[in-house]
Amino acid sequence: MSSREKILSTIKNNQPEFAEVPEIKKFAPFFNDACEKFVEVFKSVGGKPFVVKTQEEIILLIHEHFPDAKRIVSSCKEISSIADDYTITDDPHSFENVDLFVIESKLAVAENGAVWINDNDIMIRALPFIAAHLAVIIHKQNIAATMHDAYNKIADMEYGFATFISGPSKTADIEQALVLGAHGPKTMTAFILND
Amino acid sequence: MERTGHHPQLAEHFNRDEPRVNWHDETLWFIRSKRDKIANTIPEWEELREIASQLKNNVLSNLSEYLIAFEKNATRNGVNVHWAADAKEHNEIVHSILQKHGVTKMVKSKSMLTEECHMNEYLEAHGVEVIDSDLGESIVQLAKEPPSHIVLPCIHWKKEEIGELFQKHLGTPAGNADPQFLTNAARLHLREKFLTRKVALTGVNFAIAETGEFVVCTNEGNADMGVHLADVHIASMGIEKIIPQRKHLGVFLRLLARSATGQPVTAYSSHFKKPRIGQEMHIVIVDNGRSRQLGRKEFRNSLKCIRCAACFNTCPVYRRSGGHSYHTAIAGPIGSILAPNLDMKQYADLPFASTLCGSCSNVCPVKIDIHDQLYKWRQVLVKEGYVPAAKKVAMKGMNNILSKPSLYRTAGKTGRWFLNHLPFFVKNKFNPWYKQREMPEAPKQSFGEWYRKRKV
Repeated sequence: MSSREKILSTIKNNQPEFAEVPEIKKFAPFFNDACEKFVEVFKSVGGKPFVVKTQEEIILLIHEHFPDAKRIVSSCKEISSIADDYTITDDPHSFENVDLFVIESKLAVAENGAVWINDNDIMIRALPFIAAHLAVIIHKQNIAATMHDAYNKIADMEYGFATFISGPSKTADIEQALVLGAHGPKTMTAFILND
Repeated sequence: MERTGHHPQLAEHFNRDEPRVNWHDETLWFIRSKRDKIANTIPEWEELREIASQLKNNVLSNLSEYLIAFEKNATRNGVNVHWAADAKEHNEIVHSILQKHGVTKMVKSKSMLTEECHMNEYLEAHGVEVIDSDLGESIVQLAKEPPSHIVLPCIHWKKEEIGELFQKHLGTPAGNADPQFLTNAARLHLREKFLTRKVALTGVNFAIAETGEFVVCTNEGNADMGVHLADVHIASMGIEKIIPQRKHLGVFLRLLARSATGQPVTAYSSHFKKPRIGQEMHIVIVDNGRSRQLGRKEFRNSLKCIRCAACFNTCPVYRRSGGHSYHTAIAGPIGSILAPNLDMKQYADLPFASTLCGSCSNVCPVKIDIHDQLYKWRQVLVKEGYVPAAKKVAMKGMNNILSKPSLYRTAGKTGRWFLNHLPFFVKNKFNPWYKQREMPEAPKQSFGEWYRKRKV
């Protein structure tokens, strides 16, 4: 008998009587304004949020906050004037020297400051991790209150890879001292478009 | 490091440095406090725990079907699914994938399962270099130690010691113990590994039966850095990591990081469904005693664990004895109910490494009755004859005394007389109960004597 058969038959013999899948009831958000909450939590996880009205503002803020950025990469049309585009066939290793990667996220979560990114949009999975700095453009109306609301939206979404990102990469492994920029981006900026 | 001996001896070793024990204790309590603070902001926290617990009940009751569905969907997604009955088979499968690609160097993110399987040792013996990429894990790996905590692997290390370790291995300047500086040194060191390794191994936090995808949670981004730059991704998962549907992640991701570190969610919750173009993806589904634990009615709830370590951080024994005193990959209260399933003889001491205060059960996000299971394991282990002779003799003696009223009265009188007249007989280092404990002041008379003599 193969290990597969052996494992599955032992499990089948040993598993308890069937228990139903519980229902997840609808919880009312524990805050009033999703955008406000997102801004508050995103700051608390080490992120830098900006509520903006136009894409010109985004470009100005990028110039202001990343004056030394030599290589800015993005496929967003909003900032195509200042960023290099890329294709799905590029070698992920070739992005090792990217200073800033900018992406639009179509779903953010207020309760934990996370943004949803998937490979239909970013194409190169390594990009949000390998870049020194990460910036995300979010339309205000795309901020969901809780993770339940978020998963209701993406329950049937097709993708190969997707991730929730909440702030810059971080560690507190050395004596619980929080350090931003462990292996991934050292900063994460969110431009919330209130248009 | 010292890995011989049982919990009392290893804990005693840890307790030789009292200020350090206090520091360890306070650091973990600080994390426990952060967990409380953030849990209290969620009005439905207790309901979430209940739903998570019920979801896991469903998973355990239908595990064989869920695993078959997961395998079918993952295979359809282009992922290679392997089954390993035990640690040895898991290690052999990983090694065979490396051999197929002619690779002798691999980067790894945190996976307690590979610790349980002693995979690094196995691969190193077969000429494969494994680099642990989680900062805490890379620190203990440089020090040739196992992690002492499943979420905070080097929680027992002081920054000055890490500074010295990095000076020796990474060439950082002497005397620099700044966490920011040391983290950056590790970042530069490991970035080169990420960029050059062809195979990356990760653990699995949740595997979704409905879609065949799995989720890996990290704060550092090390799992993603490894995987997205490698040609081959190997993911090792225990059979109990299954959840039914993607939407159930909403429940578990709301609970996991809040319970673990007091964060609203980990920085990265990455969903791996299909390999990227040109990449090869493998999932190794590991049993290693879990299906046996599923058959132990009293202990099967331990398989609900989502490895947040809230029970570690709250445990008065863990905080004061350190992770290494548990001499098993998964320490703390949950480890103490998982380990005896693997080897009753070797881990018979662990269910006794608890005060049974119940704090572990109170903080568990999936409501495992941890302290009840610790208590039940004690009974099983005594019955099966795995408890040290001295403890057994003492227990038998107590049983004898407590079941005979006249003997009980005489024993009480004798004990009080000795404590009052010859305290040295009780307060000496040969009495194991006296270690780290104050003996009480003995009253002149027992409650029974007082009750009989009292004036009505």
